[in-house]
Amino acid sequence: MAKITLQNLKHSYLPFPTEESHYSLKKMSLDWADGGAYALLGPSGCGKTTLLNLISGLLIPTEGSILFDDKDVSRATPEERNIAQVFQFPVIYDTMTVYDNLAFPLRNRGVAEPEVDHRVREIAGMLDLTKTLGNRASGLTADGKQKISLGRGLVRSDVNVIMFDEPLTVIDPHLKWQLRSKLKELHQRTRRTMIYVTHDQTEALTFADQVVVMNDGEVVQTGTPIELFERPMHTFVGHFIGSPGMNVLPCEVKGGKATFAGLAIATVNAKSYRGSGQKLELGIRPEFVNFAKKGIPVDVVKVADAGRFRIVETRAANSSSIKLLVPEGESVPEGKTHLSFDANHTQIYENGWMVGASP
Amino acid sequence: MSSKTVNQKAWFLVAPVFILVAFNALIPLMTVVNYSVQETFGDNVFTWSGVTWFEQVMHSERFHGALLRQIIFSAIVLAIEIPLGLGIALTMPRKGPWVSVCLVLMSLPLLIPYNVVGAMWNIMALPDIGLLGKAINSLGIDYNYTRQPISAWFTLVLMDIWHWTSLVALLCYAGLVSIPDAYYQAAKVDGAKTWAVFRFIQLPKLKHVLTIAVLLRFMDSFMIYTEAVVLTGGGPGSATTFLSIDLVKTAIGQFDLGPAAAMSLIYFIIILAVSWLFYTLMMKNEDA
Repeated sequence: MAKITLQNLKHSYLPFPTEESHYSLKKMSLDWADGGAYALLGPSGCGKTTLLNLISGLLIPTEGSILFDDKDVSRATPEERNIAQVFQFPVIYDTMTVYDNLAFPLRNRGVAEPEVDHRVREIAGMLDLTKTLGNRASGLTADGKQKISLGRGLVRSDVNVIMFDEPLTVIDPHLKWQLRSKLKELHQRTRRTMIYVTHDQTEALTFADQVVVMNDGEVVQTGTPIELFERPMHTFVGHFIGSPGMNVLPCEVKGGKATFAGLAIATVNAKSYRGSGQKLELGIRPEFVNFAKKGIPVDVVKVADAGRFRIVETRAANSSSIKLLVPEGESVPEGKTHLSFDANHTQIYENGWMVGASP
Repeated sequence: MSSKTVNQKAWFLVAPVFILVAFNALIPLMTVVNYSVQETFGDNVFTWSGVTWFEQVMHSERFHGALLRQIIFSAIVLAIEIPLGLGIALTMPRKGPWVSVCLVLMSLPLLIPYNVVGAMWNIMALPDIGLLGKAINSLGIDYNYTRQPISAWFTLVLMDIWHWTSLVALLCYAGLVSIPDAYYQAAKVDGAKTWAVFRFIQLPKLKHVLTIAVLLRFMDSFMIYTEAVVLTGGGPGSATTFLSIDLVKTAIGQFDLGPAAAMSLIYFIIILAVSWLFYTLMMKNEDA
């Protein structure tokens, strides 16, 4: 197990990148503590799989370095790095039994057979595979196969990090939940460093202690699920995390006071605005918007039932759309009404980034 | 109880296929069956002879000889072409400009007509003026495929390998490039060495392709005719007289239509049986 440090890491799939746009992964530095559960979250094509393959050693970075416990492994092979990886589509060795599949990484490293047996049985127990150990692996269902892939990652006791590349893509929805909680449980039992790549916010937020949100080859924000929810550093994070995403509204800031559609709005960070003249936006999550007797005048446009709450879409005087969540049982006014924003969760963004906070 | 609609119109729909199959397989085959159980002296006069021709062929030294040569030839050719083709496929590049170069080079032998292949090798292997024949002789080895059975066999096997290894290589190559990258990446992460990658990933994934390759090469080599006739004409003596050559000699050379027909049927059944056996054996563990 190891602490992972990325220093000024950059990667391009082109042999001689000259422009910034040639890089699939823009410059990034990160520190990941030993034994943590991390998630890389972002839309398809944002560079998260590239980053994962750089850490595992399947790709060699164009610039920068990767350190495992202060040892530079940027150019080491996956075997030398001693990592495990679970891929999007289950990879199993068809001709082998489940047992032999699990034993494969150990036998390749010359581990003695009694130790192999001990480890395989222990891991099979954790993954509920004990009954199928003697079966041919090719006959299993997709989730069974993915469990084997997972087991091959867990079976070595000395791996530095286990990486998951969207491992639940091919799993049926009702089993996704099971495997997800299994993963969380395994992390708590084994305390291995785990990195989980996904574009699904639910998977990322339930699995990880720390989530790294990526967009367009860049890290946009790193934080706990709560931080990402309550203090999105970038409007992208606000949009991408949460369902529905954050309301992003045009606004103005003068003398430390924010105004939206001509009305003064109390915010967390308007005071920090230094006035560089870039595009200004106000961000407020639907969870923190409420109906009020007075405040921002709006028209109710649409109400959608989402089970325990309703998503209400309203339109303000300047035709901005504002969404809010209304819990089950509470009434939704019709036609013209007013909204109030929770000041503690209303933030000002300048050119996408939160005012007063360095990314 | 059944109230199923009976609609004889369906027969009209399958009729074209029936007619096609009848003309290209059933009728010719039945003609052969017809010849194999009758005696004819020309003038379209036939007399029933039962299984006489079959007995005669089964007890014929000449048939046994040809069959044995045929089996040995197919065995040698398969034993060399399958591993060699697989080896070539494994070393062929997966991406880059050399892929198309390799593919074109590999396809070339397959595009040459059989009799041209025979003629090419016939001339090339001539001991006095052929490039290959002269080169071997100048090494101090006495090589003459028109006189020595060993030389004749060597030339035939070499020619077949040259002509058909590409097919095996191309089939295997197609199988190899269809293996997803994740398998190789997983193997790297699992610390598998080159041999283990071959044994546990590539070979299992190539199983179907290899089955096809073995079947095709078995059937083709077992029926070899044109190239061998053009190259050696079955000689020296009957050293390279394989089943097809023997059959043609019997049927057209001697006009023994009855025995030739019986021999064709036996030949056909052998190919069918061996192909079935190969296929069953290679697919045996499929659902285990």
